[in-house]
Amino acid sequence: MGKAVEALSARIQARFSDNVVAHTAFNEVTVEVPAEQLLSVAQALRDEEEFFFEELLDVCGVDLLTYGEAEWDTASASCTGFSRGVGRPHRVKTLPQDGHRFAVIYHLLSVKNNQRVRLKVMLDEAHLIVDSVVGLWASADWYEREAFDLFGVMFRGHPDLRRLLTDYGFIGHPFRKDFPLQGNVEMRYDAEKRRVVYEPVSIELRTLVPRVIRAEHPVKSVTEGEG
Amino acid sequence: MPEIRNYTLNFGPQHPSAHGVLRLVLELDGEVIERADPHIGLLHRGTEKLAESKPYNQSIPYMDRLDYVSMMCNEHGYVLALEKMLGIVAPERAQYIRVMFDEITRILNHCMWLGAHALDIGAMTVFLYAFREREDLMDVYEAVSGARLHAAYYRPGGVYRDLPDSMAKYEPSKWHNQKEVDRLNENRQGSVLDFIEDFTQRFPGYIDEYETLLTDNRIWKQRTVGIGVVSPERALQMGFSGPMIRGSGIEWDLRKKQPYAVYDKVDFDIPVGTNGDCYDRYLVRVEEMRQSNRIIKQCIDWLRNNPGPVMLDDHKHVPPRREEMKGNMESLIHHFKLFTEGYSLPEGEVYTAVEHPKGEFGIYLVSDGANKPYRLKIRAPGFAHLASLDEMSRGHMLADVVAIIGTQDIVFGEVDR
Repeated sequence: MGKAVEALSARIQARFSDNVVAHTAFNEVTVEVPAEQLLSVAQALRDEEEFFFEELLDVCGVDLLTYGEAEWDTASASCTGFSRGVGRPHRVKTLPQDGHRFAVIYHLLSVKNNQRVRLKVMLDEAHLIVDSVVGLWASADWYEREAFDLFGVMFRGHPDLRRLLTDYGFIGHPFRKDFPLQGNVEMRYDAEKRRVVYEPVSIELRTLVPRVIRAEHPVKSVTEGEG
Repeated sequence: MPEIRNYTLNFGPQHPSAHGVLRLVLELDGEVIERADPHIGLLHRGTEKLAESKPYNQSIPYMDRLDYVSMMCNEHGYVLALEKMLGIVAPERAQYIRVMFDEITRILNHCMWLGAHALDIGAMTVFLYAFREREDLMDVYEAVSGARLHAAYYRPGGVYRDLPDSMAKYEPSKWHNQKEVDRLNENRQGSVLDFIEDFTQRFPGYIDEYETLLTDNRIWKQRTVGIGVVSPERALQMGFSGPMIRGSGIEWDLRKKQPYAVYDKVDFDIPVGTNGDCYDRYLVRVEEMRQSNRIIKQCIDWLRNNPGPVMLDDHKHVPPRREEMKGNMESLIHHFKLFTEGYSLPEGEVYTAVEHPKGEFGIYLVSDGANKPYRLKIRAPGFAHLASLDEMSRGHMLADVVAIIGTQDIVFGEVDR
């Protein structure tokens, strides 16, 4: 399987211009596509004989706002010890894509050629819009609605870009990293007013396990013979 | 001349055949569906976001609660993603146990589906029969994990523990006297494997019972043949997987095409439909139960003859045994580190998919090198299937919507996540 993945990556790289970058990691092909080229690349991947990705399995957003941030300092701990509480998050690693806060990820599958590929489109917060692929794969409909709902990514040309998973009248995009885990409002039935009321949340977020980034990993890279 | 307008009907979210909390807004022309607009999210718990705030192992129980009728298959997908990133492989015995429990789970799921689907379109008995079999299998779940539903049995590096040597037995009570209890306990005298083997011998007969009730039943055929027809091209377009795509005649099964665990070492067939209607999908799933039974038998044979470890001996990722902890400082430290901080995954992203009873269950995991996932996306098969409800039900009668929801095997735990 390892060789086939490398070969697919090379084929994709050879087919498209230099703006499109294909690479492999963990025995999977990732293709980074500039937002404006998404439709043409996706169309070619779907229709051309050697790719033939006729099925779109998944579309999801990723918010890279806090990528590489840890809540615990592990480097200086050997001389001073760990702090007792959870400190302010600080960045340990740099962002993989400077300046881009959001990514939209597409997972494609070719049933005919039995291969998979992942497309990655990086987006700025200021210009959070990408072409919809509903015209190429009908399954993108709900996946794009979900990404819009949870991350606020707009899809140009989507026929019906409504919220999907959150409540009617929900405010905000809950899967963004600056959206608190416990939410902003809580809801209860008020017996006096005889209706459902929304109030600011009363629960406080507790971090039980701090987020720790460890530099060393006893792990070999997975390339050949796996999968 | 009065103006004729379409009638808009609200269906659910409390309707029993809405399989949980589906709200459908149906636009009807008389009794014919013009448009179906599913409103989902009533069971949205934000599993993916919750997972971001927890060490990796603590999210395994969340996986059970996604598709809560095929618990261990969800775990399998998640655990495979962790193992792929960590670069570890579970011992072979653990992989056979996983395959066996994946298939037990498939039978559990299909029994639930068959019973509920039949009940939805008017056949009461099958439901009761199917739950009789689920009872036995949930006892097996309980024997290995202590829980009948939410097992949390698979762990990165293997499974939580080896198969026990005994089954739990019934005790006499004011509802069951000694004689009845003895009869109930007859097949519970041996180990868990003996009990499962006994089940695999009985189960083909049970499937025959279901089939006598349904396969040639005139009402069943009237309700399912030609309903919700999906062509192979549309099935691919709409992102179908599992029995839904196989019912449309595409031979696609991850267990065969992209084998994981030890599926390449067991022998089974992929049933494929021809017409892509509800009846074909029914036949596909019934045959899948037979094939699952076949796989379980092979796993039992292998597991009987090959004792061995079921968990890796790598205490950076797997907690040490309790006894070791009592006398060994290093084990104590490993245990403490694993249960306070957990383990970190290398930076990167993976997508792993398993053939879940409902289709392709995928986990897309992004790690930035921390002890918690940076982003976890669950690709639930039911989500894509439900998205096609509009297209599948258009032009059908109102009552057929229920048959189509049934054939899609929707479970809201995974659709809403």
